[in-house]
Amino acid sequence: MGQEDYYLELCDRPVHFEKANPVNCVFFDEANKQVFAVRSGGATGVVVKGPDDRNPISFRMEDKGEVKCIKFSLENKILAVQRTSKTVVLPEKRNLKLLKSQNINVNWYMYCPEGAVILLSTTVLGNVLQPFYFRAGTMSKLPKFEIELPAAPKSTKLSLSERDIAMATIYGQLYVLFLRHHSRTSNSTGAEVVLYHLPREGACKKMHILKLNRTGKFALNVVDNLVVVHHQDTETSVIFDIKLRGEFDGTVTFHHPVLPARSIQPYQIPVAGPAPVTSQSPIPCKLYSSSWIVFQPDIIISASQGYLWNLQVKLQPIVNLLPDKGRLMDFLLQRKECKMVILSVCSQMLSESDRATLPVIATVFDKLNHEYKKYLDAEQSYTTAVEAGPSRCSPLLKRPVRTQAVVDQSDMYTHVLSVFTEKKEMPHKFVIAVLMEYIRSLNQFQITVQHYLHELVIKTLVQHNLFYMLHQFLQYHVLSDSKPLACLLLSLESFYPPAHQLSLDMLKRLSTANDEIVEVLLSKHQVLAALRFIRGIGGHDNISARKFLDAAKQTEDNMLFYTIFRFFEQRNQRLRGNPNFTPGEHCEEHVAFFKQVFGDQALMRPTTF
Amino acid sequence: MAAAAAGAGAGAAQEKQFPPALLSFFIYNPRFGPREGEEENKILFYYPNEVEKNEKIRNVGLCEAIVQFTRTFSPSKPAKSLHTQKNRQFFNEPEENFWMVMVVRNPIIEKQSKDGKPVVEYQEEELLDKVYSSVLQQCYSMYKLFNGTFLRAMEDGGVKLLKERLEKFFHRYLQTLHLQSCDLLDIFGGISFFPLDKMTYLKIQSFINRMEESLSIVKYTAFLYNDQLIWSGLEQDDMRILYKYLTTSLFPRHIEPELAGRDSPIRAEMPGNLQHYGRFLTGPLNLNDPEAKCRFPKIFVNTDDTYEALHLIVYKAMSAAVCFMIDASVQPTLDFCRRLDSIVGPQLTVLASDICEQFNINKRMSGSEKEPQFKFIYFNHMNLAEKSTIHMRKTPSVSLTSVHPDLMKILGDINSDFTRVDEDEEIIVKAMSDYWVVGKKSDQRELYVILNQKNANLIEVNEEVKKLCATQFNNIFFLD
Repeated sequence: MGQEDYYLELCDRPVHFEKANPVNCVFFDEANKQVFAVRSGGATGVVVKGPDDRNPISFRMEDKGEVKCIKFSLENKILAVQRTSKTVVLPEKRNLKLLKSQNINVNWYMYCPEGAVILLSTTVLGNVLQPFYFRAGTMSKLPKFEIELPAAPKSTKLSLSERDIAMATIYGQLYVLFLRHHSRTSNSTGAEVVLYHLPREGACKKMHILKLNRTGKFALNVVDNLVVVHHQDTETSVIFDIKLRGEFDGTVTFHHPVLPARSIQPYQIPVAGPAPVTSQSPIPCKLYSSSWIVFQPDIIISASQGYLWNLQVKLQPIVNLLPDKGRLMDFLLQRKECKMVILSVCSQMLSESDRATLPVIATVFDKLNHEYKKYLDAEQSYTTAVEAGPSRCSPLLKRPVRTQAVVDQSDMYTHVLSVFTEKKEMPHKFVIAVLMEYIRSLNQFQITVQHYLHELVIKTLVQHNLFYMLHQFLQYHVLSDSKPLACLLLSLESFYPPAHQLSLDMLKRLSTANDEIVEVLLSKHQVLAALRFIRGIGGHDNISARKFLDAAKQTEDNMLFYTIFRFFEQRNQRLRGNPNFTPGEHCEEHVAFFKQVFGDQALMRPTTF
Repeated sequence: MAAAAAGAGAGAAQEKQFPPALLSFFIYNPRFGPREGEEENKILFYYPNEVEKNEKIRNVGLCEAIVQFTRTFSPSKPAKSLHTQKNRQFFNEPEENFWMVMVVRNPIIEKQSKDGKPVVEYQEEELLDKVYSSVLQQCYSMYKLFNGTFLRAMEDGGVKLLKERLEKFFHRYLQTLHLQSCDLLDIFGGISFFPLDKMTYLKIQSFINRMEESLSIVKYTAFLYNDQLIWSGLEQDDMRILYKYLTTSLFPRHIEPELAGRDSPIRAEMPGNLQHYGRFLTGPLNLNDPEAKCRFPKIFVNTDDTYEALHLIVYKAMSAAVCFMIDASVQPTLDFCRRLDSIVGPQLTVLASDICEQFNINKRMSGSEKEPQFKFIYFNHMNLAEKSTIHMRKTPSVSLTSVHPDLMKILGDINSDFTRVDEDEEIIVKAMSDYWVVGKKSDQRELYVILNQKNANLIEVNEEVKKLCATQFNNIFFLD
């Protein structure tokens, strides 16, 4: 198994604390994610460390007996210590107020700080769970629900252990995860994780079943919206993504592991002590150790070694483990840090050695652009709502978050397509097919294609002398009109004369490029055509006479010069009642030339009314 | 410029008209028999073959002499045609020293004189040089498409092989020339493009690229719908002649069986196969027949450059036709044909119905389903795009026009005028019986409009044409 194969890892910078031993007790507070190391009941010191805390909190307290539980309130304001099963001590004197009370027989409870929900196990079997939801100082009772046990229990003893229940937020929704062990009586092939969706309103509903296909001891984490199931017997883990397509039986969706089971990447424990002293190599950490304790969502604690890690998903190795590129994209698009990996997948599927087929490439582009379009639409409706004015603006209106899954044209251009088109060994047919496929996909999602993509197509076609293809693309307006594109076409005229016509047509359609059209025609000495065009659009009263006379003179066609000159004399007459040019028009030179060629008497006479 | 009023009118009862006809057609190379007594060697092909040897030699010699003689006046542009009372001769030198000559008899009007004897009157000015010169050039292009160049035949098997090829090709081809219905469109040799929205066009692109990827031996692809071109992987000149072949020869031959509904089987009997309407227009007729022959026409493209020989596979589903061209060194097998059928058939069927649906939507949106009030011909030299509301439909036998031949001749005359100058031009002609003919040339584009408005004057006609340009050609740079 190569180094590249591990797709789960422990974070580089774990929280290190004094390992548990007879004089040092270690506690973990799930709400603040803090580890408490309590030496000798607190008499010789309490050290509190959280994953984000740069400076650990240390203090001492009187040893008043064995500490059962110790926690800080939010923002570390109040410390609570529990030494007996029925008392909680707050080291400073505080008043507590009973807000609400419920009378329920509880087997055990579980609290989820992210969801602010507490679950109470009730009934004899313990499998009826009663959730409460805390919000703004109130506690609301949610509908209770029953966890289906693997087989009808024979006895009437507690059958649902808190060890088999977890709560976590997945894709923004709170789920209760139940690890249903393999039962010999049922014909299931292994243990399962059953996901109950626990909405803030409405009843809890069984939604997903994750098939583990194995038995033994398991532990659950949730990382980046993936359910990670660790298996101690094989010392491997698998991941599930409930957003990936599963088998839906009408009520629940069955999922299989996204990837083959793999161990967490081997981890080296750095040797303590000042750097120059430590000559011995780091010690490999025992993974899946029985002393590991797993907390939601992504925490693994080894009390015996004194470490708290966050579990992380490594995306790059997954690229090679998931051969179905469509599924791979579905998977990656849901991950937080996905952009560079997605772009590398795109580059890879266009590379000579790992080239994907066009239908696969098309699928990948479609998936990317689907996500891209969703974001553009959200952005658009946000902008519209903001423009509609603050009165109609709902307070819930938030600017859409641009996640890494939004891979836009500029990303694709910079990281994938421009590099790809530069590769000499690529057959040009494939290059063009890929570019057209990307443009097709953008069009399909009604995303305006940026001109640099069109330029890339043109550049590639020109490089291979495929002017006729280019012509056909332009004919069907596949390459959208724009001034930069029209200018690019003009520059191609010496290689491919029809580019001139294509460029003029494009400028005409833009309807904002009339000046450019006149310039193009004048540069080709088509003075009369330029004048006819500008007259056709009614702009002939505002054009510079000098510019046209200059161009006419350059043609060395005296009759043309005469025609143009006479046109402007008539314009002067019409606009100012006099055919003469004003000094501001700077046409003295042309008047002199006209007189020289055609004589003074050829000048138009002013008419007086 | 005004056209002479047509003679069809009174006295027509006693008149008989004979359209122009092909008198002879020959190909020679003066280098092949330079010495006296060896003149016969010059002749590579002669139609009609029955003509006596010495007459053949005489006619060839005459052409040679005319070309030589006129060359002294214009060394770079030797004579292209010779006008005589009874006929016209057209000369073309498509390859160095290889001359093709076509002799066309002028149209004839046979009148009854008072004494009852028929009097034959040759109409010397009826035929347009440019039209028939173009027909002659087309003969060469069509030969070259299916046989390659004269020179290549010489290299491959000497004069003997060249003569065989010429005989085999022109023997049949000359019978398909319908000289009486040649017109302006023959000069243009244009391509009618199928109007399509961007998205559907991109889907077709995607389809073609996928097919070329899965059928890796395919070198070029062309895509047509309703006999109109949508995509050509071939270069323009090669596509132009291939298009001519497809639309005037191959497709029309398959229209009849299609109408009878015999040749479009739904392949439901093939297990695991999607139902589709795909079938081969060239190659195997029945894929289930293990003895089916997979012979495809061979064509030659890029003859100036890479000189490629290709097999032409034409495959059609409903109104969509695809031409796959594969290297001639690869012999397509029945297995390949079956694979092609199973890959292309279903996808092309879906695509064809997509195109049809989209086309109808676009037509409804643009409101262009209304009959065009204008009769016009448009041609763009740059992309060979051609559009005619004058020609009803092309069939192998005749190109039906909806206007009087005299008007068609005026169009040809205007075109000749345009050819003479480089500048943009506009010509308005008042023809007989309330018809106006307008020709416009802007850069590389030509537009010909025929208007029939009672008592219209020049200004009104001009306005009408402006209106047409604004509705039909508003997305191109076409000067008013």
